[in-house]
Amino acid sequence: MNTPLVALTGNPNCGKTTLFNALTGANAKVGNYPGITVERREGRLLLGHDAVRLLDVPGTCSLSARTAEEQIAVSALAGLDGGEHPDAVLLVADATQLSRHLYLVLQVLELGLPVVLVLNMLDEVERADLAVDLDVLRQALGVPVVAVSAAQGRGLDEVRRALEKVLRDPAAATSARVDGAPSGALAEVIEHVGQALPGDWVAPHAARRDGLARWALLSVEPDDELAAVPAALREAAQAGRERLEAAGHDVDLELIAPRWAWIDELLARAMGDKRTVIRKVTDALDKLLIHPVIGLALFLLVMTLLFESLFTWASPAIDLVDGVVSSFGQLVGGWLPEGLFRDFLTDGLIAGVGAVLVFLPQIVLLFFFLSLLEDSGYMARAAYLMDRLMKSLGLTGRAFVPLLSGFACAIPAIMATRTMERRRDRLLVMMVVPLTTCSARLPVYTLIIAALFPGPDEAGGQLFAGLSLQSGLMVAFYVFGTVVALLAAGVFGRTILRGSSPPLVLELPPYRLPRWRSVFRTMWERSRLFVSEAGTVILVCTVVLWALLAFPQEAPVSPELQAERGAVQSELDTLSEAQVAQVGNTPDAPDGSARALPGTEVVSGLQEQLAVLDARAEGERLRASYAGQLGRAIEPLIQPLGFDWRIGIGLLGSFAAREVFVSTMGVVYGVGDEADETSGSLKNGLREARWPDGSKVFTPLVGLSLMVFFALAAQCMSTLAVVKRETASWGWPLFLMTYMTVFAWVGAFAVYQGGRFLGYG
Amino acid sequence: MPDLPSLALGQPARLLQVGGPRSYRRRLMELGFVPGTELRLLRRNGPGKLLEVELRGGRVSLRAAEARVLEVEALA
Repeated sequence: MNTPLVALTGNPNCGKTTLFNALTGANAKVGNYPGITVERREGRLLLGHDAVRLLDVPGTCSLSARTAEEQIAVSALAGLDGGEHPDAVLLVADATQLSRHLYLVLQVLELGLPVVLVLNMLDEVERADLAVDLDVLRQALGVPVVAVSAAQGRGLDEVRRALEKVLRDPAAATSARVDGAPSGALAEVIEHVGQALPGDWVAPHAARRDGLARWALLSVEPDDELAAVPAALREAAQAGRERLEAAGHDVDLELIAPRWAWIDELLARAMGDKRTVIRKVTDALDKLLIHPVIGLALFLLVMTLLFESLFTWASPAIDLVDGVVSSFGQLVGGWLPEGLFRDFLTDGLIAGVGAVLVFLPQIVLLFFFLSLLEDSGYMARAAYLMDRLMKSLGLTGRAFVPLLSGFACAIPAIMATRTMERRRDRLLVMMVVPLTTCSARLPVYTLIIAALFPGPDEAGGQLFAGLSLQSGLMVAFYVFGTVVALLAAGVFGRTILRGSSPPLVLELPPYRLPRWRSVFRTMWERSRLFVSEAGTVILVCTVVLWALLAFPQEAPVSPELQAERGAVQSELDTLSEAQVAQVGNTPDAPDGSARALPGTEVVSGLQEQLAVLDARAEGERLRASYAGQLGRAIEPLIQPLGFDWRIGIGLLGSFAAREVFVSTMGVVYGVGDEADETSGSLKNGLREARWPDGSKVFTPLVGLSLMVFFALAAQCMSTLAVVKRETASWGWPLFLMTYMTVFAWVGAFAVYQGGRFLGYG
Repeated sequence: MPDLPSLALGQPARLLQVGGPRSYRRRLMELGFVPGTELRLLRRNGPGKLLEVELRGGRVSLRAAEARVLEVEALA
């Protein structure tokens, strides 16, 4: 027999995840639901000697699903889509908001599943001096009810015991319909729709036919996005609704209102008159935090702090990752004999892993802040404050969270769109999020700015008091990306993704102190998911890029270069021999240190010369490599932007991940693989690069053009891959790539040609 | 008939009718906005004109323009 599956569900903000963590310890398996990027968390829960699997189902207020997450909730509970039927449901409700949360409880009971109702937030109920009569609830609902405080870890054993009992005797915890059966025409239609249900939906629990029929009647509408509903059921539900409406019925009201009447009656008995928790602290905080002026100012402060710490805290870690990866590469390079395999390992595989890992510090920090903001309840306020701006773009405040995540990386941002209701809104966000300045653009901007624009101590390096030209440029590009993203949303929302702003229904949960364990756990799990999502693509692209740069292997070095190198080498050899001979005859200095040898400077000068020549030879080989051929093939296309074929290679390479541009430039300009955006040799290499006619490749104008290109281009395979999977189409990722590339080309063209016209560069 | 956005802050009221497009109306009803429900306007906020409503021991924020579909009567 299989290990039993228990589904854990409840309203958003009911403390479901805290309970999940408390019950399963630290062993959740996080993955994706097939086909879409909704996190699927499954953990092992020990009941005495037996283990069961606990599945964390996305939180929802109701089973009439609208968002991708809610659809998952319904499918997981009812076992639609051919999914596994849960053996029991742990249903969590916030005892301080019992009325609202009981609505979902009734819907789940209607599915005929064995249920244990867990009343959470026991501590807050006690503090608010409320009382819930559990026996009244048990009797009325016909299922076991347990009161817990997941945050304090109270009542967990009782949950386990209740669950154990339910799994042994499911019938005792199955309740089906509690709030009375409808009569007349409505009952007939429900019966009729029930007949149209697919057999495997109803199979294990015949009692659920009625519940699922109501669900279909309430949820199916012409423009819903319920992919799992078969045509016959869809037709039956729509026909039934039309028939009832023609006879003067208000179908939704007649299905929904009796539930509320029943809940009201039940709570009057179970709680008495006192049911509302007074939220003193939350109200006092909200006076400030969602105030139209003060709240907005504080919001901007929070965002500034967030980004500031994202950069200042992440950069030492990024340097560390960089350092560790490159010394590991050198170490491995030292062990292995020279050759193709070594190059593949160090320049392909290890460099590829490094390209992934280097993103981690910022991603981890971002997830840390996001889960902190979510756990404390502030995220809902941010959405609230941003609603007006989002509405003007045809979105709601809820779109704010994905857009915010985009500043770290477009991939988690695209994943976050799953909390949005309509496909059109999700698409709109997915199409513009890649324009926000993600962390992968940073190293590119840093390199270009540092190499081509005067530093704070140089002439022209200060804009005005306190702001250097270099930091000013960086800020300007952040603003540029954000403005373009918002403009693009405005344009798409009025053209290809036309639609009105959906109505806003937002819940402002009470502020709660974040629980560090859960914050860190969320951070860890999401980061791991990111590595497996984006990591694979970046790794594969880096390896492919390496191969393009490495082949063909035989280097057609020009005769002049060979001759020059030979001359330097032989001079060096002669000198070294002379030195070796000298060392034998030179006594040590009186203090014991070796005496400086004559000719040392000459030797090191020659060695340097040799290195330069080797780099030039490598440059020639590169020119003939497949990547070089590609770069030269696209040169006519990018020349109007001020780019040569070497930059072309960099642009091609940056399709793996934008920041790969930096290391590719390092290879292309022959300063070695250890180049990073701060290394002096790479900066000098860029400054010295020439066109065949001897003019400089990198002028400040070319730098600007290149940065505009990077700001606008969709150079990220992982993003395109995630969009492809999320939209289940090739069309949208292709559109994304096409429009952004066109934007980027036109933008860079305008900057470069406009600048030249005005006499710069 | 007065609508929800026109209520004075803190004034207890009873919901009489819920209108609006089907999906919005259904969502409101599933959050507890059914005729007969008692509610209170807690906050009316800022240039975006967002409302915070208390009902059934919980709170929901709605846009004022959209919440006009909720007809109410003030309670003494």
